Amino acid sequence: MMLPDPAATGLARVRKIEGAALGLRTPAFAPEEGAGDLLEVSLGPHHPSTHGVFRMDVVLDGERIVRLKPVFGYLHRNHEKLGEGTSYLGSMPYTDRLDYLNSMTNNWAYALAVEKLAGIPVTERAEYVRVILAELSRLLNHTCLAGFLMQDCGCSGTPLMYAFREREKILDLFESLSGSRMMCNFQRFGGCRVDPSAEWLAATRTLVDGYGAFLDEFEALLSGNEIVMARTQGVGRLPAALAVNAGVTGPMLRASGVGHDLRKVDGYGVYPRFNFRVPIGRDGDVYDRYMVRMLEMRESISILDQALRGLPGGPILDPKAKQRGLRPKAGEAYGRIEGPKGEIGFFLVSDGTGNPTRYRVRAPSFVNLTILEDLCLGHSVADAVIILGSIDIVLGEVDR
Amino acid sequence: MILAAAAPASPADAWLERAPLLLRDALTGWLPDALRPWVAALLSIATILGVFGLLFAYMTLAERKILGRIQNRPGPNRTGPFGLLQPFADAIKALTKEDIVPRAADQVLHFLAPVVLVALSLIGLAVIPFGRNLVAVELEASVLYFFAAGAATELSIFMAGWASRNKYSLLAAMRALAQLISYEVPLLLSMVPVVVVAGSLSTTGIVAAQGGWAAGVWPHWHALTPWGFSAFGVFMVAALAESNRSPFDLPEAESELIAGHLTEYSGFKYALFFMAEYLGMAALSAMGVTLFLGGWQAPLAVLEFIPSYVWFGMKLLLLLLGFIWIRATFPRLRIDQLTRLSWKFLVPLALVNLVNGGLWAVTSDWTGAAGVARWVVSALLVVVPFVVLGRSLTAGYGPRTYRYASP
Repeated sequence: MMLPDPAATGLARVRKIEGAALGLRTPAFAPEEGAGDLLEVSLGPHHPSTHGVFRMDVVLDGERIVRLKPVFGYLHRNHEKLGEGTSYLGSMPYTDRLDYLNSMTNNWAYALAVEKLAGIPVTERAEYVRVILAELSRLLNHTCLAGFLMQDCGCSGTPLMYAFREREKILDLFESLSGSRMMCNFQRFGGCRVDPSAEWLAATRTLVDGYGAFLDEFEALLSGNEIVMARTQGVGRLPAALAVNAGVTGPMLRASGVGHDLRKVDGYGVYPRFNFRVPIGRDGDVYDRYMVRMLEMRESISILDQALRGLPGGPILDPKAKQRGLRPKAGEAYGRIEGPKGEIGFFLVSDGTGNPTRYRVRAPSFVNLTILEDLCLGHSVADAVIILGSIDIVLGEVDR
Repeated sequence: MILAAAAPASPADAWLERAPLLLRDALTGWLPDALRPWVAALLSIATILGVFGLLFAYMTLAERKILGRIQNRPGPNRTGPFGLLQPFADAIKALTKEDIVPRAADQVLHFLAPVVLVALSLIGLAVIPFGRNLVAVELEASVLYFFAAGAATELSIFMAGWASRNKYSLLAAMRALAQLISYEVPLLLSMVPVVVVAGSLSTTGIVAAQGGWAAGVWPHWHALTPWGFSAFGVFMVAALAESNRSPFDLPEAESELIAGHLTEYSGFKYALFFMAEYLGMAALSAMGVTLFLGGWQAPLAVLEFIPSYVWFGMKLLLLLLGFIWIRATFPRLRIDQLTRLSWKFLVPLALVNLVNGGLWAVTSDWTGAAGVARWVVSALLVVVPFVVLGRSLTAGYGPRTYRYASP
């Protein structure tokens, strides 16, 4: 296979960071010709704006970043190796802990992989419930992200508190349905664990109907704010070519102008039945990443509305679908969905026993994080913080 | 101030208005003449320390309460009724905490920085006229004295950042210096037209120049003239930056620099920095009230029965509320945007305003149609630079429209 010229695509940069991610000690930094005194600062892992235990080793010329080395792995939990020693069903609750904001979509991606592997059909009602939960999860994730991003911009908590007010409402829905606010462990092979009651659906309807008003309020405060625009526009530009070559997915990719959305491309589940649009940005800067997510939430509301109206009756879970002691035929399968952060995928290899011989997670946060240095070079420390915020990482998923 | 044969109904004679003076006389009247001014001075110092110390304590509570309310939460409400004892709980906590000084730090400077900062924040208050006859020190050039004292405060922030020997603190110190240099200029320039129009460098003289009402209802406050409104705006924005308040709180930007120059401070020294921040904010607001909002003057003649110090307090609290409100609303600027805002927007605006204030002073005897023309010209000299400079400041930014991927 012909690889494109690394220099033309920006891949050279990506490779270098992979070396850094492995913890390789790079030789002492040689200052460029004409650079002033350089200051090496370790931002993290206990820094308030690294969204968890993540470290950025930055070399500064004044406040300008001339080098940045992302260091992660502080939260490594052996997730993939554990998956090889656990039964297929037993891995389901572990997937909650990857991106702990979006256990619903993690569950779905994993269930999809196992369903492909074992050829399990999914009931009609469960497909709709999965769409409802995934879109609720997207609302939850994007709302939190916008709040955190504004916190990184230096708002004294106000947008974050408003975002968390809405997050609580969605978490309440998750809790009443699955018994847990964040670690939902809700999907099963061939359907879902619990059938949502009429009351639950009515509560969801109320939330969906009111969410547009919340977004209007939120955007009125922030999207047109001069300081927000001055801070985020033109900062952390991600060219489409680099985004594609580095494997960036999700809103990050779409903000760079690539209209790639697995809900459209793969058409998994019952997404082809819904009418929705995929917003794309032009400049690929922090503001575009923020706005694309805002617009995506509006589309999610539309999908939720359609799904709640079209929700069919019938069983939520095929009683014949095997859960415990599942032994798929030898083979391999990759299940992927459009998670709120990007393409979340699970690759499973079965040798016919009760455990997968290979269990691999394609975590969107991890892949999206690899281009951090490219986005930050030449910007200031303050920009690096909001660029990191706009990538939308969860360390549980990055480190696994 | 000499009270020249005031009519019996003069507000200056009201008992409440004279209460602080009567109290002073009662406390010092029995002393020998040589001692009296010294004790009176000590009393002024004690009063300022007491009032502003308490104001600081309850500002912290008010800030947390108001921020909380703006953010859909109640704020502190566990300590005493409505959380009213919270400041004291905070003070006890700060006093009993272990004071940690990093081994690598410059011990002397590390200790001196918060002390110097608080002292410098306090001395500016000496020249503020808090009410009729209520000024601790009467100076000919008290405005100059105030700004000289204020300019030194950011130096102690630099001291704190440098002495901590911490990279975050150092970055914060660099930012503090950039901010100091950038915002001293508009702060001082915005004050100059006031001095020109009032014809005085003394705070009491400036307040006296703002007495009386046009047509009996429109107070002669400087903020209520076009040039004064512009100067007031520049002054308050620069005051926000000088007191390191959001959206100009870059030296202690917690999302970027942990706590900036405060990173290596703990316990009571940490509390001292906060005390200095709030005192500085209160001092600059008090100066803003004095220069632009008529000091202790009542807004309407019929309201003069309310004592002058109450009016001063109300105006001060109003400005402080503005500080809190702004903190709850805006994100933070970046350091280059911060300096750009100062040099490319506030400084030119203040320079144009110098001419504007000068014209206003020269044309002070114009009446009738000429008086209207004077207002129009002055207003144009504010609006046109504001729009032109504002356009260039926000050039390149703006709302965007978004496309949708074709299916």
